[in-house]
Amino acid sequence: MRNGEAWPLPPTPPVQLSSGRGAALAPSPAEGAPFTVPSGAHGKTGGGAQCHALVHTVGHGGLDLRVLVFCRICVITLAEAHPLLQSGKTIKNINYQISANCSRLQNKVSGKSKRGAQFLTELAPLCRISSSDGEEYTIYSCIRGRLIEVNENILSNPALLQEKPSTEGYIAVVLPKFEESKSITQGLLTQKEYEEVLLKRRSSAS
Amino acid sequence: MSSLTEKDRPIVQLLLSTGTCPRCILRFCCVGSQMLYRQPHKDLMKDLQEFLKSSQEKEDPVCLDVADPPCKRLRLEHGGEGADGVNHNGAIPSADNGNSATESSAVKVCNVCLGILQEFCEADFVKKVCQKVNSADFQFTSFVFSVSLPPQLSVREHAAWLGVKQQMRNLGLPLAKDDIIQLKEAYKWIIHPQLSEELGVPADGKSLFEVSVVFAHPETDEECHFLATACPDCFKPAKNKQSVFTRMAVIKALEKIKEEDFLKHFPCPPSSPKNLCDALEIQCNNGAVFVAGRYNKYSRNLPQTPWIIDGERKLESSVEELISERLMAEFKADSFNFSSSGREDVDVRTLGNGRPFAIELVNPRRIRFTAEEMRRLQQAINDSSDKIQVRDLQLVTREAIGRMKEGEEEKTKTYSALIWTDKAIQREDIAFLDGIKELRLEQKTPLRVLHRRPLAVRCRLIHTMRAEFIDQHHFRLHLKTQAGTYIKEFVHGDFGRTKPNIGSLLNRTADILELDVESVDVDWPPTLSD
Repeated sequence: MRNGEAWPLPPTPPVQLSSGRGAALAPSPAEGAPFTVPSGAHGKTGGGAQCHALVHTVGHGGLDLRVLVFCRICVITLAEAHPLLQSGKTIKNINYQISANCSRLQNKVSGKSKRGAQFLTELAPLCRISSSDGEEYTIYSCIRGRLIEVNENILSNPALLQEKPSTEGYIAVVLPKFEESKSITQGLLTQKEYEEVLLKRRSSAS
Repeated sequence: MSSLTEKDRPIVQLLLSTGTCPRCILRFCCVGSQMLYRQPHKDLMKDLQEFLKSSQEKEDPVCLDVADPPCKRLRLEHGGEGADGVNHNGAIPSADNGNSATESSAVKVCNVCLGILQEFCEADFVKKVCQKVNSADFQFTSFVFSVSLPPQLSVREHAAWLGVKQQMRNLGLPLAKDDIIQLKEAYKWIIHPQLSEELGVPADGKSLFEVSVVFAHPETDEECHFLATACPDCFKPAKNKQSVFTRMAVIKALEKIKEEDFLKHFPCPPSSPKNLCDALEIQCNNGAVFVAGRYNKYSRNLPQTPWIIDGERKLESSVEELISERLMAEFKADSFNFSSSGREDVDVRTLGNGRPFAIELVNPRRIRFTAEEMRRLQQAINDSSDKIQVRDLQLVTREAIGRMKEGEEEKTKTYSALIWTDKAIQREDIAFLDGIKELRLEQKTPLRVLHRRPLAVRCRLIHTMRAEFIDQHHFRLHLKTQAGTYIKEFVHGDFGRTKPNIGSLLNRTADILELDVESVDVDWPPTLSD
């Protein structure tokens, strides 16, 4: 962790291959099981919270993140093509201190409207993760809104991040503004669209 | 029977000559006999005039009879006072006593009550009110009559009192404002028996059936306004009120304002108005009635309350609509408020003897139902839908609702969950669950409700569990839990935000396929034997 140094410039804005549309509930191949989004996977939950799985493609090098949406709540996770999820990568450190004055761990919210939350733009850093091979990856919010919580479980158990990236290994929970909650899906890719991107990447790589 | 004494003479003299009606005069004389007020006001007027004419040297108090003897009335009709000699009271009427008020006061609107204790005590008005009540078709066994008076009446009363007080001070006889009979009280003395007779039921302050009348007197509405400059802090603009001059605000200001300041701005005695008050609205309202019971929910596609987003209904019907529809029709209520001891998700069934609920029926036209009628109502609701069933349907009091709500926080619930696991399980793998007692959970606010609830950590207890093996990837779990436990999250772990969870206990990934509420352990409402 290089304290005191400026964060690297955020990557180029997301490539909009197609405008994100409302989503399919799709299986997550990385985990090899029916997509057990905790929503009572075989239908809606009582509250009608449907999980839309959307994927945000961030710049080059496949720094992909996935956003799971429940009603308005957004859960930021690693997408399957993220380098940290590829074989051979060991996580050395996860750091929520993103600047001298700001630690995501100090985020405190109160009340229904989550007052006091740190406000995030799409490119606000959530954390930095370093791997044992010396690489460092910044995880960005992808979603504009209030930071509700960051996952402290991965601090004590970094393996979760790689073993269950789309559930227990989540990174953060963000709540967009009510007026913006419908538009967050735009600019993000559905599972199908993401898979097409992956196919294209693999074919262009070979 | 009350009486006017000599000390009342100056009051009567003053008020009669300045345009105050007989009943208000009686009020200012602190006459407490209800029957007296019920006399026709024309008769009272004549009695008062008689009283004034009676000799001032007379020591004995002059009594006002309840029933006017015909001879007296006859005498006055002939226009002469006592040329025939002694009237029935034995007093010798004197020839010239304040008579100027007679002719005009019969027609004049009272400068204190603006006609409330005049025309609005008469049979015509009573008939009008009763017509409204009868046409509204309410079922009731008693009534309470509530009256809303325009605030300027307090101002006029205050002015009249100041005038009388001055007069009495000069004679060394104090008159406290509190001793004066309240206008509303006198009004009710007069009108209650008449309403009671027309409607055929007694007046009762605690009655649930309310007949309310709003009076207004636009002609004098601005009379209160000077108080705003004199006592500005009494008149704060309130959000929901049209006028800042509410009765309470005006009364408060009258208490504060100094006598001299008041008399600077307001005539004493008050002027005689041209018109009577208007009776703006006559409304009837029945107090809410409460129906309680327990409901079972057999559908996995039914919300508790109507599910409407952006004006579009997302799912057909709801528990509350299916139960209240018939009740609304039978009780002929304006609206309802449905509440229950907790609630379940759309896709969760409620089995066992059901979940307690209570419905407040607002302004019902019908209020009396026999036990048999309630049973038939229950049957009708049950026949109308297979998605819900109700039992123990009964009328309850408002206080009883509290028992239901305390159940929500305190009592236990039992559930049955159909659980899927990713890795295969054997019977032995889940047997240990049966032995776990008082398992302590820490549940962060589930993601599925986090958008509308505060972020918090809840500690909840799973009292007992019992696992039923189905196959290598499925088992049924029966659990008894503390109220407020999120069962679905206990099964799938909610991204690790509920700990421990079935997944962590079994060291697998688990998800919930079906959930049923087996029992809600609240012993209210009372079980009815069918």
